[in-house]
Amino acid sequence: MKQELINYILHLADNALILGQRNAEWCGHGPVLEQDIAMTNISLDLIGQARNFYQYAASLLGEGATEDTLAYLRTEREFRNCLLVEQHNGDWGQTLLRQFLISNFQQLLYTALQTHKDRQLAAIAEKSLKEVTYHLRWSSEWVIRLGDGTRESHERMLKAIDTLWRYTGELFEPAAYETACVQDGTAVSLATIKDEWQHKTGEVFSEAGLPVPENIFMLTGGKMGKHTEQMGYILAELQYLQRAYPNAQW
Amino acid sequence: MPVKDLEQLFQQKIDAEVKIEPRDWMPDAYRKTLIRQISQHAHSEVVGMLPEGNWITRAPSLKRKAILLAKVQDEAGHGLYLYAATETLGVSREETINDLHSGKAKYSSIFNYPTLTWADIGAIGWLVDGAAIMNQVMLTRTSYGPYARAMVRICKEESFHQRQGFESLLVLSRGTPEQKEMCQDAINRWWWPALMMFGPSDSESTHSEQSMRWKIKRKTNDELRQNFIDMCAEQVKILGMHLPDPALRWNEARNHYDFGAINWEEFWNVVKGNGPCNKQRLAARVQAWEDGEWVREAASAYARKKQSGNKAA
Repeated sequence: MKQELINYILHLADNALILGQRNAEWCGHGPVLEQDIAMTNISLDLIGQARNFYQYAASLLGEGATEDTLAYLRTEREFRNCLLVEQHNGDWGQTLLRQFLISNFQQLLYTALQTHKDRQLAAIAEKSLKEVTYHLRWSSEWVIRLGDGTRESHERMLKAIDTLWRYTGELFEPAAYETACVQDGTAVSLATIKDEWQHKTGEVFSEAGLPVPENIFMLTGGKMGKHTEQMGYILAELQYLQRAYPNAQW
Repeated sequence: MPVKDLEQLFQQKIDAEVKIEPRDWMPDAYRKTLIRQISQHAHSEVVGMLPEGNWITRAPSLKRKAILLAKVQDEAGHGLYLYAATETLGVSREETINDLHSGKAKYSSIFNYPTLTWADIGAIGWLVDGAAIMNQVMLTRTSYGPYARAMVRICKEESFHQRQGFESLLVLSRGTPEQKEMCQDAINRWWWPALMMFGPSDSESTHSEQSMRWKIKRKTNDELRQNFIDMCAEQVKILGMHLPDPALRWNEARNHYDFGAINWEEFWNVVKGNGPCNKQRLAARVQAWEDGEWVREAASAYARKKQSGNKAA
């Protein structure tokens, strides 16, 4: 059971880290200073969440594991994040849509996780929930603003949906370690939050004047370590110094 | 009241250490000097995000990544207060930003140097923020109220950044031989440009004298530079590194460190746009602004829709 729980925690951590890393690429390049700050803030929150999850996983793993060995010394196939979080930033609309889809998911997930029997996981979820609730509000507002802004912004949001929607199915497809943890009472059953996720997404898309796609073939695999080609480049950048100077302290 | 009398009253206020506020009468040249200086400072914060941002995705640990993100975010915040301070002088943020993009407005030349290794992030914190603080502590007492108040806030955060930068170098200086080498190399590359941050020598500086009279500045470029050198010459010993200046030595009689000649030809070339990263830095800012145009347009279109919708309801 312990290995499944560790994998589940790493999955939660990897989601937060890789999205935080992607968002950080915006730092200094945002469309206006206030939003540059907001995006950096979300990136910081996500990296903070990832650290909490990694630290917990490291304590269960023992044998010298740390937050940094987990983030910096695992390979592409060992990362368990969803494909959605590793996708290119694209334009501001695509980044905001990605954020909304994930924040909507994380908000429901962390709410449910708060009452689960693993108390450490519940505590991290509770702490993260405050942040994620803000991320959801902020990204919902942007999806609406851009969907219902100008013709150009509407077109760009349609394109973003076309690019990203195919990765949303994976959010609700449990990996084997997840199913095991659900049975043990330490993970959230994805079936219980799917309806609410769809409801909220529908609500925001409707206000934005954007269609919810139907019958799209979903791409999955990230949660089991089968990623898109982008993942290797993300890790090459993220892990560069730890790989180039093994065993150094920073 | 004739302008001459107004000017006299203005100078009396300055001499009596009364802060000048946005609605007060001020000489045109005072206003222009402040607009130039504060907007240049705001641009420096924003352009300064780029060389440091260059290492965010490659930071060597999660803790360092979080610290660096928070730091660059602080710089953006400083940019915001300073643009707001410029607006109190009657220039919009958009105009100010356009002047940066057209090349009319300058920003601190230090940000035209590249960040080549991770150690550069520590060296920027220690030396570049350190030099900036020397200037900014003085500016907390500058004669224009909104600028002085913005500086108080900025100084607190900058000193925190400087300590973090130094601490990051300290870790490298006690690390592996490669890390030590990286640390010394970064100090070698950032030392002289950091000294140039104080601007030309007093004898060459075009704006200094009047700015001192108006108490926009309270110390000369050379005084500030000397204070900085005296401080760093001591701090570098804690790192077990050295400053790349063979002429650096304590002068008992002056009670200061003597130092070697600064390469002003390099300084003026970087100011004129010939530095290693001038083109890239400006291009990155212009591109962010242009790429963001549709976003800003959509946001205002949406706000207008909401506003007219509310009125109709």
